[in-house]
Amino acid sequence: MSDDYVVSEIEKDYILTLLDQGKRIGGREKQEHRPIKFELNFVETKAEGSAIVTLGETKIIAGVKATLGSPFPDTPDSGVITTSAELSPIASPYYESGPPGDDAIELARVTDRAIRESHCIDLSKLCIVPGKYVWILFIDMYVLNADGNLIDAATLASLAALSTTKIPKVKLNEEGEPEVLEEKETLELDHYPVTVTSYKIGKHRIIDPILKEERIADCRITFGFDEGGHIVSAQKGGIGVLKPDELIPIAKECLEVSKSYRAELLKAIEEFKKGN
Amino acid sequence: MAGDGSVKLIDEKTGKRTDGRKFNELRPTKIEVGVLNNADGSALIYMGNNKILAAVYGPRELHPKHLALPDRALVQCYYRMSTFSVAERKSPAPSRREREISKVISDALNSVILTKDFPRTTIDIYIQVLQADGGTRCASLTAACTALADAGIPMRGIISGVATGLVNDTVVLDLHDIEDQKGSGDIPIGYSATLDEISLLQLDGVFTIKQFEEAVKLAIEGAKQIYEIQKKALREKYALIRAEFAGESEEEEAEEEDTIEIVSQSLAESEASVDETAIDEVESEELEEKKTEEFSEVEEVSEVEEVSEVEEQDLVSDIAKELNDELDDEKELEEDITSLETGEPEKNNEAITDDSSESVENETEHKEIDDLEE
Repeated sequence: MSDDYVVSEIEKDYILTLLDQGKRIGGREKQEHRPIKFELNFVETKAEGSAIVTLGETKIIAGVKATLGSPFPDTPDSGVITTSAELSPIASPYYESGPPGDDAIELARVTDRAIRESHCIDLSKLCIVPGKYVWILFIDMYVLNADGNLIDAATLASLAALSTTKIPKVKLNEEGEPEVLEEKETLELDHYPVTVTSYKIGKHRIIDPILKEERIADCRITFGFDEGGHIVSAQKGGIGVLKPDELIPIAKECLEVSKSYRAELLKAIEEFKKGN
Repeated sequence: MAGDGSVKLIDEKTGKRTDGRKFNELRPTKIEVGVLNNADGSALIYMGNNKILAAVYGPRELHPKHLALPDRALVQCYYRMSTFSVAERKSPAPSRREREISKVISDALNSVILTKDFPRTTIDIYIQVLQADGGTRCASLTAACTALADAGIPMRGIISGVATGLVNDTVVLDLHDIEDQKGSGDIPIGYSATLDEISLLQLDGVFTIKQFEEAVKLAIEGAKQIYEIQKKALREKYALIRAEFAGESEEEEAEEEDTIEIVSQSLAESEASVDETAIDEVESEELEEKKTEEFSEVEEVSEVEEVSEVEEQDLVSDIAKELNDELDDEKELEEDITSLETGEPEKNNEAITDDSSESVENETEHKEIDDLEE
């Protein structure tokens, strides 16, 4: 895992000294994210929806596949969303191939939580025959180039992919069994949640770190926000700690950044829809 | 995951929750330590209907070796739910949820354990949920940290875990199963009352920033109460040991032989702990040697020890002072611990000249008491 990536003491000192002066490598502000680029519907013929998101040098592709399946027994009239993430060596020499490690599982689950808890997808619309047939949406993410802040990039990628998702229409035959038709309809999203991760380096807080900054951070905390500015998910990571009185200032900082992330996402979606 | 909050879970007239608690009330919580004989430390927590067992091993040699960290101990946590612990049988394979929870708990514990004292080793924490009733990750964290203290792992402080959540737009403490499923939000928090630090925080549901702030405040209040329960559990164990030893001290000579045998099995066994107390009193050199052998695995750390010895002496005197203040309340119990401690510094000095690896163990004992008293 990227745990093997070691930042030299000299570089660490350099980053910290810069931060003390209120500066960062690359000249960004502490609460300023890198430029974001979206390539929507990249896997145009096979996937139900897809997108590549480039956040600085971090690049993630997300694809959505829909299959018919049975619902969970406790939610018979709701569709199912499952997310997965893969950190393969394609993204970094520090990743190994094989089954997903803890970092990949956490990445997928934090992204999943923001999507699920914000209720941006109306799961009841994914139900075909209650208790029997529902759509299962698989949101699968592959990190293509890892340069820090995977969580925020992954959420942007999965939301961008969902925004392009079209699900086949279904007709019930005489026996009441579903038949998948050629015709597709757009998956409606009520709004677009985004996650913002704040990293604590000594007494400083930054967002959207590059790998070097991320590696010397003490800990991170991710907040998911819906469009109304509600916190819909949070996850603290890393072995450092947070003081109780830091939490609210961090949440407010992240909320500001979330507006910028969302504006970029909405702009890309609008341009894509115009092009079609 | 949180529901939509449409189910009524709080009585509008009385403000009571479905199990009769007030919004800021914890479920009945009890912790027992030293419940497993083979583990170096263990704890069983009852929190409402939750029954969760935690076992700690280490610091011990790490396999495979390439995972070892050159400058500190690796903290590995395994949170597992028993198949019968939930309503629908859980598949025995570790789920992604269990892996994520294991990760956040080990991150949290990593923040308090003095891992730099034990480079290249591993500290393993095994958590088994026997019955789940909501808030298992918090109860697990509480149990795990208590078990670490029981194992004598040096720590900066003790973490207490508790969840707060949003039920019918009210922020409530310590969600039980139904509130967890039907409520509209859940924030598990790991908080150390002595350090005033948050080491675990997750959230799902829909919160305004104000509700979030309120929920964190309430969780901190809850965690402080749990910390008292943790302290009580750890104290009780040592009071028992003391009581047991007091009965035996007359037969000191005869006991000595048996003592040596048991100590060589495992230091953190509850019986063995009895014998540790015995050692303080009888100061048998033979025993010291036996124990040194036990710790030969961590000999490498001896360089670090010289410094920490001094700090420890200070700590001990601080603790002694604090103890005197509290004497009125818990006279008997405190006396037990005081006498435990006053025995220590002498032994420390001996240990330094004797064999530096011995001091590793002393530190372990000190921190344990430190944890108890802080």
